[in-house]
Amino acid sequence: MSASTSHDTLASGTHAHPNPDAHGDGHDHGTRRTYLIGFALSVILTAIPFWLVMADVIADTMIATLVIMAFGVVQIFVHMVYFLHMNTKSEGGWTMMAAIFTIIVIVIALSGSLWVMFHLNTNMMPGHIMNPADLI
Amino acid sequence: MSSQATTAEGEAPQFYELVPHHHAPHGSTQIGFWIYLMSDCLIFASLFAIYGVLGGNFAAGPSPEHLFNLQLVAVSTGALLLSSITYGFAMLDMDEGKKTGTLVWLVITGLLGAVFLGLTLYEFYHMIHEGAVPQRSAFLSAFFVLVGTHALHVTFGILWLVTLLVQISAKGLVPANKIRVQCLSMFWHFLDVIWIGVFTVVYLMGMLR
Repeated sequence: MSASTSHDTLASGTHAHPNPDAHGDGHDHGTRRTYLIGFALSVILTAIPFWLVMADVIADTMIATLVIMAFGVVQIFVHMVYFLHMNTKSEGGWTMMAAIFTIIVIVIALSGSLWVMFHLNTNMMPGHIMNPADLI
Repeated sequence: MSSQATTAEGEAPQFYELVPHHHAPHGSTQIGFWIYLMSDCLIFASLFAIYGVLGGNFAAGPSPEHLFNLQLVAVSTGALLLSSITYGFAMLDMDEGKKTGTLVWLVITGLLGAVFLGLTLYEFYHMIHEGAVPQRSAFLSAFFVLVGTHALHVTFGILWLVTLLVQISAKGLVPANKIRVQCLSMFWHFLDVIWIGVFTVVYLMGMLR
């Protein structure tokens, strides 16, 4: 929002803003209420996975892992919205663009590394070596 | 903005700006700092990838369930979460121009950060004392690099916070200090986001493995 509007007011010269810093940063700082909502949500989203693991609630390790990861992802989004005040409008949308690009690179790096290294480990297992003489 | 200058016939028209081109001070600081945070995010992504690949290679050494104390991790997570909202209150007081309130909330945030850092260092000391040193196994190398990099970030966050306390005490809530508080706010909340990944992937999933 800021760049164009502050530029226009300066150009027209009719409106001298008393505090040029007030809307110069293009960030929504949130209110006491949004901070408290974010905090309450993050406490809940932290407490549940800790309880799931410490009390050994879910017997199946695979399901428990997926549930815990889901809680982590949701909590990261809660923090980005309520504490980092991410939205599609700040800085003309460029913060969101940078974040989306970063998330894409992270997904490629993480899934690619795990996928490649998992297969590498599988193929390196001694069981896959057809001729035991190769081991020597 | 621009007007045509009188030109001799046949020459290309020249333009000049009547009003000086003005940028608000620190107008691009926040987006620049955000880009830095995104690049820092990539560092952590690669460290998480390393931990994901090597986290199961114990080399017959200690595994997560032998080393981690979830009660301790829960306390340090609570300290970091609380420090996020106390920093939020510092930002709100700053927007209202309350210098003392901003300083008090920043001090509380710094103390909570110090509690977190102290617990992490205690955990490291405890692990090294038990022989679970970084060179013991690939899992421990990846663990110390990932959690250590996060702890190093928190250390620099606290240093920055102390610097800001001095600057605000000396100069008050001037625009330059306000933009610094806003940038540290992003840094601090960003570290909290990274910690969500750490306690989920390293500690909670480590105990399940």
